[in-house]
Amino acid sequence: MLTKEQIAQRIAKEVKTGQYINLGIGIPTLVANYIPKDLDVVLQSENGLLGIGPFPTEENVDPDLINAGKQTITMLPGSALFNSAESFAMIRGGHVHLTILGAMEVSENGDIANWKIPGKMVKGMGGAMDLVASADNIIVAMQHCSKDGESKLLPECSLPITGINCVRKIVSDLAVLEVAPEGGFILKERAPGVSVEEIQSKTAGKLIIEGEIPEMTFD
Amino acid sequence: MINKTVKNAQEAVADIPSDCMLMMGGFGLSGIPENCIQALLEKDIKGLTIVSNNAGVDDFGIGLLLQKRMVKKMISSYVGENAEFERQLLSGELEVDLIPQGTLAERVRAGGAGIPAFFTPAGVGTEVAEGKEIREFDGKLYLMESWLRADFSIVKAWKGDTSGNLIFRGTARNFNPIMATAGKICIAEVEELVADGELDPNQVHTPGIFVQRIFQGKDYEKRIEKRTVTR
Repeated sequence: MLTKEQIAQRIAKEVKTGQYINLGIGIPTLVANYIPKDLDVVLQSENGLLGIGPFPTEENVDPDLINAGKQTITMLPGSALFNSAESFAMIRGGHVHLTILGAMEVSENGDIANWKIPGKMVKGMGGAMDLVASADNIIVAMQHCSKDGESKLLPECSLPITGINCVRKIVSDLAVLEVAPEGGFILKERAPGVSVEEIQSKTAGKLIIEGEIPEMTFD
Repeated sequence: MINKTVKNAQEAVADIPSDCMLMMGGFGLSGIPENCIQALLEKDIKGLTIVSNNAGVDDFGIGLLLQKRMVKKMISSYVGENAEFERQLLSGELEVDLIPQGTLAERVRAGGAGIPAFFTPAGVGTEVAEGKEIREFDGKLYLMESWLRADFSIVKAWKGDTSGNLIFRGTARNFNPIMATAGKICIAEVEELVADGELDPNQVHTPGIFVQRIFQGKDYEKRIEKRTVTR
């Protein structure tokens, strides 16, 4: 099973040079730590910044510079600032190439649920609905099963959904999977020490297994 | 030039009545109009509808207005960091309208720009789409959203001049410039109010035509929600 850091590390391998990328809160934020230094990529923060730099040192903390998770951040040479309408013009207009976000559930046709649990206080969807409705390339970072052991990769989402037909790839603690255009989770890679049988038993949605499934490798 | 200057926050908000609709700039606690929130707290008004991306925290920002039960309804995209908000919501004292953040921003932009409605992909197939017109463009589904306009919009800028031209700083810009355009009366509080001619017109983010009142703010706390540092 992968740790959260390893999920982030595996997702970082999907990043290509020249991409503008939006990272969601949680595991997706960690992806920034593993993007190879020789790739030219720009991270977008939907509250109004292109070119997110590292967290500041204590003496450089600036309350006027935060990311969408409200953490203090820095800018980089070449950064740009803009207002919220312009930020979502970038997102809905298809100018952001890759969106990486967390999920509570994903369905085999690529629907995602990550904003609301019935019976619990609803905090809001923030920018998630705009992001998933717009990006061509969405990668989800998630745990394969809930704490109770229930699969979160389902035939249909049981929770209120955030967007339909949008997830392309999933990196869970057990596997890398792609969503097939005609529906179903195509198993691409296994986490080290995790068998195909275990992934099958923990995937409630349709799992497509073609040939030998390689084990992930980490540098 | 038209001088928009008022003396202070108290004068700027003096005519804001109960049961009106306000927009307030800010993302989290960054770029919120701290002085006007304090001045509103001193007023005996209630029943406010507030359009703001977030709802502050328990003891700062819009959270203070919630504590005093001055708010009837929040129109926001994310309201997660506020226990009093949760209590009032669950008890039915407070209404909340949750809107995707990009839709919220565009509804405000549209309100200021005189565009009554537009189509967006955000929320198609979700409960956000319930009751809304859906239309297909180039093979993809979009839903119709309408503009948002307010009686007053209250924004916070870094610098401003007496004509109401504004310059924002960092990510404290966020919703402020668009909200400035969508209030019948826009009140701007600034960290530094300068005379006309002292701002470079090339650098102005919000032209003064959108701003009706401006004042020099004071005692900014600029509270940080999640101080995160590298060692």
